[in-house]
Amino acid sequence: MSEVMVDVRGLDVSFGSARVLRGVDLRLERGRTVGVVGESGSGKSTLAKVLVGTVRAASGTATVDGVDIVAADRRAMRAYRRRTQMIPQDPYSSLSPRRTIAQTLAEAVDPARGRVTRHEQLIAEWLVRVGLSADMMHRFPHEFSGGQRQRIAIARGLIIDPHLVIADEITSALDVSVQAQILDLLAGIKESLGVTMMFISHNLAVVQRVSDDVVVLYQGEVVEAGPVEQVYSDPQHWYTRRLLDADPGAPGFSLAS
Amino acid sequence: MTESNPAAAVRVAGAPADRARTFAWNPGLVIGLVMLVVVALTAIIAPLVFGAQATGVGSDPGQSASAAHPLGTDTLGRDMLARTLVATQSTVLMALFATALSSVVGIALGIGVWLAPRRLRELGLRLIEFAVSYPTMLVAIIVAAILGQGVVQVVVAVAVANIAGFARLTANLAAKISASEYVTTARLMGVPVHRLALRHVLPNMAEPILILIAGAFSGALVEISGLSFIGLGAQSPAFDWGTLLNDGLSRIAVNPIVIVGPAVALTFTSLAALMVGDGLAAAANPRSNSTRARLVRAEGEPALVATEGDDVVLIADGITVTHGSTGRPLVSDVSFTIRRGEVLGIVGESGSGKSLTASVVARLLGEGLEASARRLELGGTDLIGRVSGRTLASKIGLVYQDPGTALNPALVLGSQLSDVLTIRLGFPRRGALGLLARAFEAVKLSDPEGRLRQHPHQLSGGMKQRAMIASAMSTKPDLLIADEPTTALDVTVQREVLSLLRRMNEQSGTAVLFISHDLGVVRALCDRVLVMKDGRIVERIDDVATLSEDTVEHPYTKQLLAATPVVAVPREARS
Repeated sequence: MSEVMVDVRGLDVSFGSARVLRGVDLRLERGRTVGVVGESGSGKSTLAKVLVGTVRAASGTATVDGVDIVAADRRAMRAYRRRTQMIPQDPYSSLSPRRTIAQTLAEAVDPARGRVTRHEQLIAEWLVRVGLSADMMHRFPHEFSGGQRQRIAIARGLIIDPHLVIADEITSALDVSVQAQILDLLAGIKESLGVTMMFISHNLAVVQRVSDDVVVLYQGEVVEAGPVEQVYSDPQHWYTRRLLDADPGAPGFSLAS
Repeated sequence: MTESNPAAAVRVAGAPADRARTFAWNPGLVIGLVMLVVVALTAIIAPLVFGAQATGVGSDPGQSASAAHPLGTDTLGRDMLARTLVATQSTVLMALFATALSSVVGIALGIGVWLAPRRLRELGLRLIEFAVSYPTMLVAIIVAAILGQGVVQVVVAVAVANIAGFARLTANLAAKISASEYVTTARLMGVPVHRLALRHVLPNMAEPILILIAGAFSGALVEISGLSFIGLGAQSPAFDWGTLLNDGLSRIAVNPIVIVGPAVALTFTSLAALMVGDGLAAAANPRSNSTRARLVRAEGEPALVATEGDDVVLIADGITVTHGSTGRPLVSDVSFTIRRGEVLGIVGESGSGKSLTASVVARLLGEGLEASARRLELGGTDLIGRVSGRTLASKIGLVYQDPGTALNPALVLGSQLSDVLTIRLGFPRRGALGLLARAFEAVKLSDPEGRLRQHPHQLSGGMKQRAMIASAMSTKPDLLIADEPTTALDVTVQREVLSLLRRMNEQSGTAVLFISHDLGVVRALCDRVLVMKDGRIVERIDDVATLSEDTVEHPYTKQLLAATPVVAVPREARS
């Protein structure tokens, strides 16, 4: 039943003398979502970059859908990258202002030619799926709000049915009410399509809304990992406890230091 | 060193760069375009109408201005006005060809350099920089001297001289655009690099390139005329403005009127091109010529009653902000008071007007906005009308969202954070630094004296924000305005900064106006909360302690509360 999609073991990444990731382990089954939480400098974005193939690990293994991306050669990586999609953080800079939505989505389907006409049906389908309408496809990004743009970015990430989707802080630039809508959308898509996703965020409450599992990163190390409910209700590591206590919305939060 | 969270910076940065580009027509652009149309029409029509007059040898050579020849005649008796008008075609065409050639080759070179492997790219960039540092006229003369005389040679020479400018702009823009998320995303999706250039990079550099083309055309016009003037360009019997100038110069003492025609034509056309270029630049950046914001007194019945209690620090009655040119209301009739020692929160999403309201109170409203209020008083001082910088500096402290950008990276903390004390309040340097060191101590920064000599990059994000708070509190203000002060910080650091704000408020009694999008944060810190939406206060929450979806009235507040993500864990489970 449960097939392992992502299997990261002992991953080390260094930039110069700085060790950014130290012996990171992460397992993700097909169709599940893992939340990666941590603060600035925790290495969560670097982990994402290793998985999309833009940062090379110094040692360790990272197998995604059977491909070991630490050992893979250039050609294998090129094929691999097509199947791992990243949804970027900022909806305002992630869409080219001079291309229509249809052109942007067509490029995801067919990077070389990017013809809209051939994929119009698929694009229309995806726009509806992310809560927009098909007749919007010939509009430009500036005609959309931040939340709508993020829906388009989600469609772009998922339209080719990737084996792994990495969402890097995709709601942190949005207003809270828009954030709630985007999280609902993601939860719905996950449910209906069985997407395998890595959801990176500094916000524990946001992670809880979409993730099945959670990994807590602190200074490049995984300090705690497990099902979200278990980790949140019974945190074992002091840093996890500290993160949970710092959430200002939590009952019992007080400013007495 | 903790880096600040860039995601958060985006949120409150306000209008995104590429939101609905409305083209801002401006007088300079219109006048320039009209002048260019005149030039173009002349270039087309003049040779047909005045062709014979311009080339036919006349009966009265070397004439000064007369009714028959308003600009005189040359040594062969040809009418100078007709010659000037007819020469428009050849001169403008030469300049156009030179500009087109240099822009096409320059852009191709720039893109080529950007596409090249790193080593080659850096070498290419160096070479381009080197080429740009030479004056274009000098390069044009050298190239023309090598190529020899003639129209084509001159056009090529001027084109070559201008290539470097286009190549540099293109390479720089390409580097900037390729760093944007839509290009990196496309690259990750496997879009081939030449497609990236055609689809994403080139279309997004249209504006600056257009502005450069207008400038380059003006330059090419002058350079071509210059080359013709020194005899390298059009050869008799062909002529352009440069050769006409040359002809006229030899007889400037006898018959000065003959150089007026080509001189005026050249000036007129290059001015037109420059005005179009400037106009395009202004249209691309419409904020550059807007007016400074004002705050005026509005008439009418006050909305606030019973505000005269002696512990009221700030009275704000009927704050209204409108967009200057469109008249669109941004903040509509917002009234509130803050008591001494109180923390008032304003919560709302982007576009709610919460930050604008705060900036009216601090008298820091941005350009192009108009504000009014029936009453705005801080600690008994009327803030409407003229208020000295000294008064504002001593009464209001400010803490901004992103401590990373609020501090100047080149200056040590001691010098930039004591500015308000020394410049606005007249403290001697030494005294100001002493005061700041004590303020650093109060916010629990270790080694306060040493910190004064440190640069911002030596502090983490949370320490920088504590230093900002210390500086803001160093003037012992009546009111501290904190606009999203923890949004750019990690949650654990946010907690420290919120605790600090709470403690400073309790110890000093300074009132705080706290702006945030996060109801959770506001609830944790504030005594009272105003909820804003679309420029209006939709709800006033006086009892924050019991705040829940059941105690609030307005549907929007309920919606905000429901949308605010909260870790859902029964606390009992975590003991």
